[in-house]
Parts: sequence; C-alpha cells; structure tokens
Amino acid sequence: MSRENSLVDADWVEAHLNDPKVVLVEVDEDTTAYDKGHIPGAIKLNWKTDLQDPVKRDFVDQAGFEKLLSSRGIGNDDQVVLYGGNNNWFAAYAYWYFTLYSHANVRLLDGGRKKWELDSRELTTDEPAARPATTYSAKPARTDIRAFRDETIAAIGKQNLVDVRSPDEFAGRLLAPAHLPQEQSQRGGHIPTAKSIPWSKAANEDGTFKSDEDLRALYSEAGVDVSGSTDTIAYCRIGERSAHTWFALNEILELPHVKNYDGSWTEYGSLVGVPIETGD
Amino acid sequence: MCGAPIGGTALQGLDINKEAVIVGRVTHDGANVSGAFVRLLDSTGEFTAEVVTDAEGIFRFTARDGAWTVRALAPGGLTGQSAAPDVAKGRINQADIQLG
Repeated sequence: MSRENSLVDADWVEAHLNDPKVVLVEVDEDTTAYDKGHIPGAIKLNWKTDLQDPVKRDFVDQAGFEKLLSSRGIGNDDQVVLYGGNNNWFAAYAYWYFTLYSHANVRLLDGGRKKWELDSRELTTDEPAARPATTYSAKPARTDIRAFRDETIAAIGKQNLVDVRSPDEFAGRLLAPAHLPQEQSQRGGHIPTAKSIPWSKAANEDGTFKSDEDLRALYSEAGVDVSGSTDTIAYCRIGERSAHTWFALNEILELPHVKNYDGSWTEYGSLVGVPIETGD
Repeated sequence: MCGAPIGGTALQGLDINKEAVIVGRVTHDGANVSGAFVRLLDSTGEFTAEVVTDAEGIFRFTARDGAWTVRALAPGGLTGQSAAPDVAKGRINQADIQLG
C-alpha cells in the first residue's frame, strides 16, 4: 500500500460520484449525521449495529461480513471509498476491517466528512438508489494486522507499542475521550513501554493526514522504531482511533507488521494482574 | 442570545457533580453556528476531543477539573477559540466562542 493506493481526496470523490464501480460508504458510530445529510449516492454502515457482533465482544465474522456486503450491493470488484465523522475514526476502523477480510480495492476519503463539510461541498438527504444485491465472497480474517491481548502483553518492552489516546487518557486522568461519559475500563493508565502519540498528531486540523515526511518524523521523534525492523501494535480505547494510526503507519508509511489491538484499553484496563503504568 | 446561560436539554444525561462538564455556544456575527467543529485542547494545547455543534450552535464536553481551551472551525475558514481556565465539577462551565 501507499498513500496513492489507500487515500482519495474530495476532488476525486466528486469526479466519481456517478461511477457505478465506486461505492461510497459513510461509516459512523451514530448514523444521525448521515440521515441529516451525506455525500450524494453514499450508503451508510453503522459501526455498532452493522459491524459489531450483537452478542459477544467482537466484530462480525466472515459469513456476517459477506452477508452484510451482499445485502448492501457491494461486489468483490467494486472500489469502496469509506468516509465518516469524528475525523474518520470509524471509517478508518471499517477500512482496517475491509482489509482484514481482504477486499481488493478500498480507499479512505482523506479528511472524511469534516473536510467535505469545511469545503462546503454538496450533501444530500436523498436516499441513494438501492444497489442490486451481490454474492460477496470474503477471505478468512487476516491475523497479521490484528493484535490480541496476550501478544500485546508479550510485546511490552519488545515491540513498538503506540498509545494513540489523548494525553489525559494515557496518564490515567480520563478513561474515555472527553466527549463521552467517563466510564469503561476498571483502571486508568497505559501499557508499560507504550509511547504516547495521540492519533490527532497524525492529522491536520481539517482532518486530512499529514505528509509522509511529517508522519515519519512524528513517530520516530516519539521513540517509535520506523526502520522496519521492529513490529508495531497500536491501541486506543476501543480500537477506532488506533485504526486511524494503523492506517498512517501501515498504509501511508508502509511499515511492515503493524497491528491494531482493537480490544484496546477497555480490555487491557480491565484485565486482572497485567502491568499498568500511570502518569505522563 | 450571545452569552446566555446554557441549560435544560443541552445538559440532558450529564451529571455535573460526577463529571466536569464544559458547554458553550458558537456564534458568528451574533448568529448561532450549527455544524461547527469544536475541539477541546488540554493545558499543553494537545487535542483531547472534538464534537460538532447542534442546531442551536451548542457543544458540550465531559472532562476533568483543570484548565482547558475550546477551539472551533467552520466552513468558510472561520475559526475562534475561548479559554476555560478553571473548569470544575459541581457547576456548569461555559465557554462561548465567537468566530471571526
């Protein structure tokens, strides 16, 4: 991957609004934004109800993913362009997820909804024309881009651990982003040896990603080995902001072996007996 | 009205005794601005959270006691910010932003 193969800008999307092989998908945790106005032709995916397992803590499995995409009319050979609110957090999560199930052609709209709105580009409340159902076929979930708790614990002091939450969450003073109720994990703090590099440092104020040079400097100056010889695990609270950083590290900077730990702090901070550090 | 206290439904679901609530209204030339992007910055200027203003131009955050800054960005290149230097639980901490 590279920036050219993983990101598209708003001009590109405008030029492809009527391209039948391009499927625009808005992904949000709360889809009321979509209902009030979305990019013309875009369909919506609800991060919680469409992409998460309704019972256990996990995302939908391969069969569930196939069923979802088939019903929404997304084919294996379609180019999927994802965007969303919250600076593309959930769209980046969905990107990671499409990659996990090996969708061949997926892109993220650089800057997401925010950049689109700040540019005063067209939004509509018109429902998109229904796409005919497909028979989508996903591959088994990749395990090389997803970290689980045991390998995260084993990575302490050995791999790049990148904590992408805000400094207050890293220090243990807050348990969740400051626009959400302060509840979640049992304990506050961070995984020992993790470097604090808030996801927001990878983005400009309008939500677009910083340049390759700026990104490389950002991570290396914070103590992350970006030479390619060290494996990397990124985490946040529930895996959505760290999907954004995973995108920067894996897709834009093309570091080898970058995993997103989607259990993240809500899992780690509730485990019995694991080491935790607090403070800045 | 600019500077009017924010209450009622804007604070629904929040316990001001449990969480340090920061609310505010974004205005431009006296009019409420809905759909503005408002970021909460900590005392070092680091991004902590971001929300979008509602139909009345109101935003809200749940933070902790301390000094914060709120900064807004809206279409047309409009920006503005406001300091909330003494945020504390137990009261409504209001920081309105005028865009320019």
